[in-house]
Amino acid sequence: MRYQQARWADDERLEPLVFELSKAKRTGYTLPPKAPSEVNIPKKLIRRELELPELSEPEVVRHYTRLSQMNYGVDSGFYPLGSCTMKYSPKICEELAALETASCIHPYQDEDTVQGALELMYKSERYLAEIAGVARVCLHPSAGAHGEFLGMLLTRAYHKSRGKERNEVIVPDSAHGTNFASAAMAGFDVVVVPSNSSGRVDLEALRRVVSKRTAALMLTNPNTLGLFEDEILKIAEAVHKVGGLLYYDGANLNGILGKTRPGDMGFDIVHFNLHKTFSTPHGGGGPGAGPIGVTRKLEKFLPVPTVEHDKKRKRYYLDYRRPQSVGKIKSFYGNFGVLVKAYAYILLMGTSGLQEVTEAAVLNANYVMRKLQGVDGFEIKFDASGPCKHEVVFSAESMNKNYGVKAHFVAKRLLDYGMHAPTYYFPPIVPEALMIEPTETETKEELDRFIAVMKEIADEAKSHPEKLLAAPTATAIGRLDEAKASREPILSWKMYRKLAK
Amino acid sequence: MGHPYIPNTREIRDQMLVEIGVASIDDLFSDIPEKIRLKKKLKLPAQMSELEVKQNVQKMLARNKPFTQMLSFLGGGLWPHHIPAHVRSLVQRSEFLTSYTPYQAETSQGMLQALFEYQSMICELTGMDVSNASMYDWATAIGEAALMCARVTGRKKILVPELMSPERFSVLQNYALGPNLELVKIGYDWASGQLDLSQLRAKLGRDVACVYIENPGYLGFLETRAEEIADAAHKAGALFVIGVNPISLGLLKAPGDYGADIVVGEGQPLGNPVSFGGPTLGIFACRDDAKLIRQIPGRLVGATTTLDEKTRGFTMVLQTREQHIRRERATSNICSNEALCAVAAAIYLASLGPRGLRELAETCAANASYAMKRLGAIDGLEAPIFASPHFNEFTLRCTQPKLAIKKFNAKLLKQGIQGGKPIRDEFPEFGETALLCTTELHRKEDIDRLADVAAEAVGARK
Repeated sequence: MRYQQARWADDERLEPLVFELSKAKRTGYTLPPKAPSEVNIPKKLIRRELELPELSEPEVVRHYTRLSQMNYGVDSGFYPLGSCTMKYSPKICEELAALETASCIHPYQDEDTVQGALELMYKSERYLAEIAGVARVCLHPSAGAHGEFLGMLLTRAYHKSRGKERNEVIVPDSAHGTNFASAAMAGFDVVVVPSNSSGRVDLEALRRVVSKRTAALMLTNPNTLGLFEDEILKIAEAVHKVGGLLYYDGANLNGILGKTRPGDMGFDIVHFNLHKTFSTPHGGGGPGAGPIGVTRKLEKFLPVPTVEHDKKRKRYYLDYRRPQSVGKIKSFYGNFGVLVKAYAYILLMGTSGLQEVTEAAVLNANYVMRKLQGVDGFEIKFDASGPCKHEVVFSAESMNKNYGVKAHFVAKRLLDYGMHAPTYYFPPIVPEALMIEPTETETKEELDRFIAVMKEIADEAKSHPEKLLAAPTATAIGRLDEAKASREPILSWKMYRKLAK
Repeated sequence: MGHPYIPNTREIRDQMLVEIGVASIDDLFSDIPEKIRLKKKLKLPAQMSELEVKQNVQKMLARNKPFTQMLSFLGGGLWPHHIPAHVRSLVQRSEFLTSYTPYQAETSQGMLQALFEYQSMICELTGMDVSNASMYDWATAIGEAALMCARVTGRKKILVPELMSPERFSVLQNYALGPNLELVKIGYDWASGQLDLSQLRAKLGRDVACVYIENPGYLGFLETRAEEIADAAHKAGALFVIGVNPISLGLLKAPGDYGADIVVGEGQPLGNPVSFGGPTLGIFACRDDAKLIRQIPGRLVGATTTLDEKTRGFTMVLQTREQHIRRERATSNICSNEALCAVAAAIYLASLGPRGLRELAETCAANASYAMKRLGAIDGLEAPIFASPHFNEFTLRCTQPKLAIKKFNAKLLKQGIQGGKPIRDEFPEFGETALLCTTELHRKEDIDRLADVAAEAVGARK
């Protein structure tokens, strides 16, 4: 199969900017009449000019349709972006979230007029709690990192309530960057614990850094190498023994659904990435949703309001009367539109389906791992003796050393074959890392094609490295000068025009 | 039978296991210690067909009463508007909807350019030069702005209006915890609601990182002396941060024209549904100042060229500020944001253009003005309670003794009208008051009906 992305372009640019398409007095919008009343706003507060583009509806539609054609999504093809769980999102979920009964309700409506929404949230919470093995779930956070931030606020509140000041959060060197940043944002000092030679948390090193200052350990399991932290019970014990909490980064939950649960491993706080594990689409970077689950002892600190059910009156309601709550981390109650999609997804999959998700996702990752293992140029740096979970990390270190082809050239070359690049240069403990997460929604045929392409790229690295260095060529545009873009940032049409003058 | 979303059948999976020399699926989970292996099935509903799920969710959601099927006057941080059909159809295009963050610029030009256009239009609206590609919502954008101002100035005090949204204030409190920022509330003039400038000046020491105001404010009125607030803030070496409803900027002066250094706001009304409170769209924009840009949180898209300098293209820039590179020294932990909501906002603004947005803003304001006039004329009601110009939201006080605002709202609801948000719990000093909102969704007849039912509710003579 050959691939060529659409390219709408003239000599110097792709599709013009919407501002460049503007013609005076065009519009793509109509309005009903307004009420007969003067607006009493003083002239000095009224604006004189506003430079927005002026286009008719067909022009707007054509412009953004063309832009979409110069974009690649999971619906376009294989998207093995490690740690991001780019799985197919069932279309029915979109349809349900778009219903007027979901999209046209206001968070401040009388509770009697939003019983369906409250029930959906209440049940989503219970389902997620069961999946993670925790006591209670909060649906407020907008993304995984937002969930982490809330988790850190709960950690603060918990230790404070026990009259203990704890200022350190321990993070493994293989962790997602958000873990470090979330802990720091909540005011903690970050203590890094190294990985051992098998790519897991070095238990001895962990025992040396835990102390009365330890507020929490943040951990991803399976970790970012796609390996299960098989000493998790000892890790949990080491942290709990000094009074610290265990935080579960849920980015890799797709690797364990129905097999084991963070709560059973000893985690006190868990976040979910509904836009990963529960299949709500990523939308080019968001919206996502990052609910968190907690054990019983942390429940009282959760943000307000919680959704409760009055069994006698058969009525759902919002509870603001929670004196020990940390307050709010976002206006309203969470990204409801995303929750609807995740809820529908859980129903579509059910108990057996979710377990099958993990089995198929882990099998696909192991299949890729074993088929690429031994290909000259790609090595596994840590433990390859046992199975991986939902993803596998290869290193292109020898390819770089022998042929001068770095990991990102492999990634860019994949784009030419109509596949998205893996995550690269992460985790940082693997040199020239290529992190591959196939997910369960790919066919064996597609995996075989990917494996064949990776082998071809490994051959090209030897025979025609220039092909890799020039990649990508099948995309709407070739390699961009990213260094210049950051050195002299042009961040708006205003700045762009200023520079043109 | 195969599974609709898991294409590899049992037979194919068995074949794959054989090919990689693994005896069974269970062997792939042998690394999970026996003690924590889940021995029972998860207690979840059994797998359902697409049709069953559709019916199940539809039925549950049918217990909601959407504001498209009743008269509603709720705003308060999210505002119902008509979303042109093509906006939704375009953001639903798979290539946008199912893509990840555009880390691979060459294959993601569409999303990158759309986000650059979003950033650009936000700059035009706010009078700023730089906008990021989105934050979670208005409230978290305020939190991030406070953190940013503290980093830029090296100061720790944040001044905010006493009348700011209490929900947003609560979010700000949580963002302020980490670096231990001190939040100080500035009072207001009782009659007009306007920020008390003498109090502001008294509290504006050399330790203040920023002054934050909302314009239009949470309670609907405009700050008429924002320029003086800006001057006072700047004289003390503090930054000036303004929170907005972007629809108002079709009509109102851009915050950049009265001294804003940073503008935040809620972008939901720009082409995104209310959806019971989310997804939302946090606006975050600032002036073109290297000191500020270095400290801005979140993703930024910039224009550049191909390496051969021949073709213009777009890419994410200044990523060294972000968590995946800078880790605990990042400007924020945000990564997933509200990109698709930002694309909807870009498409929406491009469709309205300057005239459409102006007319929309005027319609929202005219409807509110008419509603205040009608409601304010009723014995037992007062609207608005502040003698200040208003945009599209306003306060309504029930002065009828023994008629609580919640009771008043219940009476409206019986007649199929969702009244304003009661603010009794948030600001008891204003008595039995609610916050109402009008947009282009309301017709004159709708407002007349509200007035008639409201008059009946307070027992006023017609």
